[in-house]
Amino acid sequence: MTTFAMVIDTRTCIGCGDCVVACKNENKVPAGLNRDWVVEATRGEYPNLETEFRSERCNHCGHATCVTSCPTGASHYWKGSNIVLVAEEKCTGCKACIAACPYDARLIMRPEGYVDKCTFCHHRVDQGLDPACVSSCPIHCMYFGNLDDRDSVVSRVLRERRHKTLLPETGNRPHVYYLL
Amino acid sequence: MIEEVLVTARHNAKVDPSLGIWTWEISFYLFMGGMAAGIMLFSAWAVLARRESVLTFAHNRFALWAPVVLSLGMTTLFLDLEYKVHVFRFYTSFEPSSPMSWGAWVLVLIYPLMILQTLSTLRTGYPKLARLLGHVPLAAPILDLCENRRRAIAWVVIPLAVGLGIYTGVLLSAFSARPFWNSAALGPLFLVSGLSTAAVLPILAGVKTPERHFFELTDMGLIAVELILIALFLINLATGPAHQLDALHLVTGGPYTVPFWLWFVLPGLLVPVVFEVMGLRGNRSFALLACVLVVYGGFMLRYLMVEVGQVSTWTDYAAQFDPQLLQRLMQ
Repeated sequence: MTTFAMVIDTRTCIGCGDCVVACKNENKVPAGLNRDWVVEATRGEYPNLETEFRSERCNHCGHATCVTSCPTGASHYWKGSNIVLVAEEKCTGCKACIAACPYDARLIMRPEGYVDKCTFCHHRVDQGLDPACVSSCPIHCMYFGNLDDRDSVVSRVLRERRHKTLLPETGNRPHVYYLL
Repeated sequence: MIEEVLVTARHNAKVDPSLGIWTWEISFYLFMGGMAAGIMLFSAWAVLARRESVLTFAHNRFALWAPVVLSLGMTTLFLDLEYKVHVFRFYTSFEPSSPMSWGAWVLVLIYPLMILQTLSTLRTGYPKLARLLGHVPLAAPILDLCENRRRAIAWVVIPLAVGLGIYTGVLLSAFSARPFWNSAALGPLFLVSGLSTAAVLPILAGVKTPERHFFELTDMGLIAVELILIALFLINLATGPAHQLDALHLVTGGPYTVPFWLWFVLPGLLVPVVFEVMGLRGNRSFALLACVLVVYGGFMLRYLMVEVGQVSTWTDYAAQFDPQLLQRLMQ
């Protein structure tokens, strides 16, 4: 399995939301729906406060419970990688995958009714490009690449910097990493 | 202190601000599925135990109710699908890791079986219907075959109906992403609840006293088991990790405390037991009221489970983006 990963530097992210706009433009996400979003997390007690911005999306889990719960095989891994996609022509809109996602990262497309989500812009990845959100980040705080390649940018920054994933305790093996 | 706030829009329908993907349609389907399993089990048991003299209704007439009840449930299940024209996709693959896929294929086995079970009782239970069916070519030999193989059919019904009843609970408990559902007690709980709601149907249908007493006593036992399973379910949550403790709080002090205890446990389980005791002492009105409350309790169990389970989550932002604020800015 090829393991694609996205790495986001919470030290430099300013929460501008360009990644969200880029995703909507690139993937023609209808108004009112979102495949990615930005969270501002504040910790501590005043005046000792610490804030981090996190651009969040589907974590393209190595053990994706949305894939295992899908009754029709519509939710699947792309080309033997960890990129999780939904085959529109197989989706019944039963919403089992939405219930199975601990990150609440899936959405229902209107008016059709099939389930949609972040695809890591696999159509761009297929051409050797970065996902639209990564390409559009104005301060270059987002990285994308193949985690199995030791020389890739994501392998390098994860080797060099402290990092975390969201809810690793779910056992889903998420592949969106946040540099601390 | 940790406060996590969404700073860009995220208002995906039925996902934000908290999950609301499944409503009464799924609750009703789970309720009817459990009830159909119960009907099949009581009908099969009456045949296998050779209790026709006492359990006349269960032996001869009850089986026909199962396909009707299940079909009503299947109708609301279909209504719940967001992409209805793709409903056939359930049957273009089998996904062993998906409980919903198992359920879809179990129903393929269950339906023909409940039809065979019904046909085996048709001449004795519904003679007019059997005579009407007699005009259809090959109907008579098929009815003969089903009647001759009645016990064999009943033996096959038992494991499949138990599977159907448990499946309605496993469907929810398999979602580890929803801490309130993630308990092995849900399968047995839904099975016993399905049996309980099925047990009161013959009483509502007006069966004679010995059969009514049998079902009243049986239902009291089933409600007792149901209460034990609910206690085990809550203990399971109370001894779980932080997310399950948060989920437990929803019904023990949180927003669903009143609905769970005052709208479900009290009128749907405890009051019916008291009324059933009064019914056994000869008060028919209380006996009938108990039956109505048991059916109500069976539905409320599913309704609340579906509702509370979706509210329990791993992801909880302290504040949510409110799209109405944006609308106000644009005005």
